[in-house]
Amino acid sequence: MSSEWPLWEVFIRGQHGLNHRHVGSLHAPDAEMAILNARDVYTRRNEGVSIWVVRSSDIVASAPSDKGPLFDPANAKVYRHPTFFDVPDEVGHM
Amino acid sequence: MYAQMVKTEAKRVRSLDEMEPQERAFQERIDAGQKIEPKEWMPEDYRKTLIRQISQHAHSEIVGQLPEGNWITRAPTLERKAILLAKVQDEAGHGLYLYCAAETLGISRDQMYEQLHSGKAKYSSIFNYPTLSWADIGAIGWLVDGAAIMNQVPLQRCSYGPYARAMVRICKEESFHQRQGFDIMTVLCKGTPEQKAMAQDALDRWWWPSLMMFGPSDDASVHSAQSMAWNIKQDSNDELRQKFVDQTVPQAKFLGLTVPDPALAWNEAKGGHDFGEPDWTEFFAVIAGEGPCNRERLEARRKAWGDGAWFRDGLTAHASKQAARRQAAKLAAE
Amino acid sequence: MSALGLSPAIAEFALRMGDSCLILGHRNSEWCGHAPALEEDIALANTALDLIGQTQLWLELACEAEGKGRTSDQLAFLRDVSGYRNLLLVEQPNGDFGRTVMRQYLFDAWHLPLLKALMNSTDKRIAAIAEKAAKEVAYHLERSADLVVRLGDGTAESHARMQAAVDFLWPYTGEMFLADALDEELVASGLAPEPGSHKAAWQEHVTRTFADATLKAPEKSFAQKGGRRGVHSEHLGFILAEMQFLQRAYPGARW
Repeated sequence: MSSEWPLWEVFIRGQHGLNHRHVGSLHAPDAEMAILNARDVYTRRNEGVSIWVVRSSDIVASAPSDKGPLFDPANAKVYRHPTFFDVPDEVGHM
Repeated sequence: MYAQMVKTEAKRVRSLDEMEPQERAFQERIDAGQKIEPKEWMPEDYRKTLIRQISQHAHSEIVGQLPEGNWITRAPTLERKAILLAKVQDEAGHGLYLYCAAETLGISRDQMYEQLHSGKAKYSSIFNYPTLSWADIGAIGWLVDGAAIMNQVPLQRCSYGPYARAMVRICKEESFHQRQGFDIMTVLCKGTPEQKAMAQDALDRWWWPSLMMFGPSDDASVHSAQSMAWNIKQDSNDELRQKFVDQTVPQAKFLGLTVPDPALAWNEAKGGHDFGEPDWTEFFAVIAGEGPCNRERLEARRKAWGDGAWFRDGLTAHASKQAARRQAAKLAAE
Repeated sequence: MSALGLSPAIAEFALRMGDSCLILGHRNSEWCGHAPALEEDIALANTALDLIGQTQLWLELACEAEGKGRTSDQLAFLRDVSGYRNLLLVEQPNGDFGRTVMRQYLFDAWHLPLLKALMNSTDKRIAAIAEKAAKEVAYHLERSADLVVRLGDGTAESHARMQAAVDFLWPYTGEMFLADALDEELVASGLAPEPGSHKAAWQEHVTRTFADATLKAPEKSFAQKGGRRGVHSEHLGFILAEMQFLQRAYPGARW
């Protein structure tokens, strides 16, 4: 079996009531555990904070701002470029 | 350093005029101090080099848990036990941040683990030395973390966004690590003659390996030149080593300890210390797997990963079962 | 403040609480750097850190109540096996990660209702420690119960391992609810609840969790006991030999 736990992006709103802020990523088997892991990894359990997690693969991002036509992104996903990674050098023109 | 002798594909560093427009625009952004982000175009060699560097850095953090972890169960007071556990836990956290940063470049954490476990990926030479006494825990914090900070602080401004942000978090959390090490040494040096001897013994064993952490002189290295051009390395190995020696020697003096280098002397003209050359034969042997603890370290990582497979698979299986149950319940409700 | 006459009972009770926290924290800390995933390594270290923090509070109370001028470090590092008052459950070897999770769960499900009851102790110091610890332990229980359910339900292998963990650890749970003369004194003075009084809460939690996890509690059971009067399994001696090494090898040194 051994499939890797998916990657999650973690957003935390601290005690001062500011917006949720992206703090980093982690791996977890599902959303509920991602919340628990986020609490342990990114807040060291401060109370009174609110945590959002979202699957990294579900994030839709804008195209990079300062790009001309030469700068097409290699992949539509923000995080990870596995297919890109697998393309052998010989077929780089594809 | 936590990433040592990271190779690029470069034969020489090319000038802007020699680059294709795309790469030239990329290099100009780096020269202007801008950050490169995951989705943006980057030269393949930049991406591969960063994967090597960041994953090596990450591996060093989690392998680095092991020598210090040896002493969590033997820490001499409740407070020392809690501090050491928190520190080694931080290292797991730092490994995690760095693996995540590397993952934005198109490699998975599992792939990186595989490279570590197969011996393909390297980690810092320093963690292949044994922790034989409690003073070694002090020496690691003081010397090893002290050396690491020299490199990590400038990396907060490196060109790759996710790496730079991981380093910001790491540097913030790590500020207490070196101090706790120095504090252990201070208490030992003020203690009984046996404790003082323990501290001196630790310095004797960790001094040279700490200097080796920076890697051999790279003034003539095309890889270092390329990494500097990309702003993923800021100082030469010799510059960092000099800085480290100049910072550490007065601290050793404060502790009343002797740095085990007969060639060590203050050089007024250069405004820094002269010091001896580390034994690079030993360094290359350690890098090649022949250090005192290479086998134990890798074996411990492989065992943790292998023994944990059922646990990770169990949680994955539950998550898919739950998802399927929710889906079925939703369909039934419709 | 309690009357002076109750101090020995308070000291002994604080040892029972503190020693269980210390030994479980110590056992969990053995995993640091060796857990099945980085996220889990970090989470378990958090639990261990909480428990070591609670140890300090309980042992400081023990020192204060005892009034012999000893420090919490002297209690932790200079008592031999027979002086330790922890539950046998927490000194059991880690086994696989499943057994570690199960041990944590069985302990947490006992620990939380006990702490909640202790928040009403007539001794304000006990109540204050319990209040602080209860917040941490509520999270420990949430996490350990969640893992038990997930692993029990997960794969055939994870289920088998969790069931083996239950079967192995179950005999060490009975001790948690047994009362002795000290408990009678504590109950009479309103310092601590009767140990059997939160068995129902524990049982209810375990039954619900095991149902979700498709695990079975052994039907026939016996209770291993003795931890509270210093009669331990063989494992504690090895834990202390390791934990106390420096304090024993360099008597009187400061660290």
